Amino acid sequence: MAHALVRAASTLVSTPVVPLVAIMLALAGCGKEVRSHLNEPYPKKLSVWKLFTGADLKPNRGVIPYELNTALFTDYATKRRFVWMPPGQPATYKSDDTFDFPKGTILSKTFSYPDSQGKERLIETRLLVSSSTGWVALPYVWNAAQTEATLDVNADPVEINWSSRNIHYVIPNSNQCKECHDQSKVTGPIGPKARHLNRDFDYPEGRFNQLAYWTRIGYLQGAPDHAPKQPVWDDPSTGSLDARARAYLEVNCAHCHSPNGSASNTGLYLTDLQTDPMRIGFCKTPVSAGNASAGMLFDAVRGHPELSILAHRMASDEPKIMMPEIGRTIVHHEGVELIREWLASLDGGCDLPRPTI
Amino acid sequence: MSKYLTLSLTLLLLSSCAKKEGIIAAGPNFEKDLQTALIQAKPGAVIELPEGTFNMTGTLSLTVANVAIRGQGIGKTVLSYKNQTSGAAGIQATGDHFTLEGLTIQDTKGDGVKINDADGVTIRKVRAEWTGGPNEKNGSYGIYPVKCKNVLIEDSASSGAADAGIYVGQSKNIIVRRNTAEYNVAGIEIENSEAADVYDNVATNNAGGLLVFSLPDLPVKGSRNTRVFNNQVYSNNTPNFAPKGNIVAKVPTGTGIIVMATHNAEFFKNAIHDNNTVNISIISYLSTGNPMNDPTYDPYVSAIYVHDNQIGAGGTNPAGLAADIIAPKFGKLPGIMWDGIVNAKDPDPHICIANNGDTQFLNYNAGGAFKKVSSDLKAHTCTLPSLTAIEIASLGTH
Repeated sequence: MAHALVRAASTLVSTPVVPLVAIMLALAGCGKEVRSHLNEPYPKKLSVWKLFTGADLKPNRGVIPYELNTALFTDYATKRRFVWMPPGQPATYKSDDTFDFPKGTILSKTFSYPDSQGKERLIETRLLVSSSTGWVALPYVWNAAQTEATLDVNADPVEINWSSRNIHYVIPNSNQCKECHDQSKVTGPIGPKARHLNRDFDYPEGRFNQLAYWTRIGYLQGAPDHAPKQPVWDDPSTGSLDARARAYLEVNCAHCHSPNGSASNTGLYLTDLQTDPMRIGFCKTPVSAGNASAGMLFDAVRGHPELSILAHRMASDEPKIMMPEIGRTIVHHEGVELIREWLASLDGGCDLPRPTI
Repeated sequence: MSKYLTLSLTLLLLSSCAKKEGIIAAGPNFEKDLQTALIQAKPGAVIELPEGTFNMTGTLSLTVANVAIRGQGIGKTVLSYKNQTSGAAGIQATGDHFTLEGLTIQDTKGDGVKINDADGVTIRKVRAEWTGGPNEKNGSYGIYPVKCKNVLIEDSASSGAADAGIYVGQSKNIIVRRNTAEYNVAGIEIENSEAADVYDNVATNNAGGLLVFSLPDLPVKGSRNTRVFNNQVYSNNTPNFAPKGNIVAKVPTGTGIIVMATHNAEFFKNAIHDNNTVNISIISYLSTGNPMNDPTYDPYVSAIYVHDNQIGAGGTNPAGLAADIIAPKFGKLPGIMWDGIVNAKDPDPHICIANNGDTQFLNYNAGGAFKKVSSDLKAHTCTLPSLTAIEIASLGTH
């Protein structure tokens, strides 16, 4: 048993075999290693998880930073993502869906803004933990001294002054976490899919492809040599306008707008794998948009961003009109511009309805 | 022995009762305390709200199953969303066996209460309203279960919705009874749903009183097995204020009941009168003029049974097609109209119309350029088997 533990730990980190004593200490909960918590009540303090060893999110051993090709827009906040998995239990690769992660996996995402001196101010760290009852979402809010973050399932908004603008930054409550992270009412990660992770990352040991690196350190099994890859939405060298726009829509919309997401009732499905033009919104009449449609007749019209409800709702910051409904309070102008440019580039249009009968 | 018995009896009693989480205190922290209680609720919880008007700034959400939110009554517990700054709906619930009871929800930016993908929904004595009256900027739906199973909406009310006041969509096994819907675009609407009983409701002063619709492009297809009976549907003459582009914007002002693209619907013992365009309208989706991109969608009506209704005056000041084409051509408008559009593969859709007093009828043959119209009811003298009553077994235990 002890031998197996030692071997598992040694595959996790590139250092030689970890002394047994250290493992025993970690198991006892008073060591320096990351410890996952699989049951309620979850730690009130982020530091109890031991994901970070320093104030500037210096990752603990086995806590691996990662990035996505195209990421969700959250009021221009900086996001830093990390994954930790229990030793010796790699995630299983899936070509389209989120990888199958072992129990105990901790995904963390920390949101921050630079302050007026350019120093990073941490706002919140969201954990997604594969607990004994399935994935749970745990929002931790950083204190002003930046020394600790505290679990708050229903935190107050934070006023941010960033880049000479004021942002009424809303920290999602744990139900709002589910609004995006639930598929058919089962909570799960969204980001860690092959096509999102398939990119290079600057690790302390050098620059490597993330899927290859995860495989090397024992965090992933079954990855093929050529995995699917999403473009970076704002980097034309990574993909066509069409591919980048579809990537943007997938990442910003499809967690709800998919057959098992919370907007499944609309029939508007925006994953980048969707091939039915009507489901992507082309010439599709709105279902429950109400006056958010602004008098427009279709979700999306080829060649006509100005007639597309999709672009209109992305360009709004009014509660009833804006999409996504939660997760942002200001408009992502560059994202709106991408979608407008994409719609304008397409040929087609839609048949107009005949007059009212 | 007797000690153990007492103890186990007590335990039994405790476990069989719904757990009351206590009343949420009125005060400056009301909204936050309520949302926190909804997040931390355990199945079986009853979350009670005090009397008073409470200023809400965001959507309340609930994901836990078998939870009841209970106020002190319509007009007594009032959640006002006039100053809502985040989210669109007032209350959003996804937990199964959800109960919402005894409160008023006012002036939400989006829908009043939206229940998504739940099995077992009870809405009782709830009023969803927009206090400024009809306005296209009002939220779309007042009471809005969608993709649900086993839905009961009773003794509730909605007014001012810019789409439908009481709306059940893409759902199955539904009872809507003893509700009042007024000053909405559509009063009560059952859409893309299966097995619904709609009875003892009042729908008045809407643009359209009561709609049974099937629409294309939705994940749940078709509208079937709906009974509409003992309702009062009158004076639905409020000018349609739906935003353009929404399907309900096409409902002609002054419509009592519309049944569209639906199979197996029975309308009986309703009192329908003084709807200025038409009291009962039976149409295909083709009549909306909207293009169709959904190859799996069936736009036609079939097996519609309209019988034993009291149909009064109506059609005296029509809007839409009835005003533009039908009235000029045929003069006085009848109480029941059918667009006559049929599936070529199924030329007899079984539109049966019986015992509706001396109400006139018109098949205006919209598919045939309004030629060869017919007001002869003999072609529709038939009966259809009555549909079975809906029973809902799976509701919350509150």
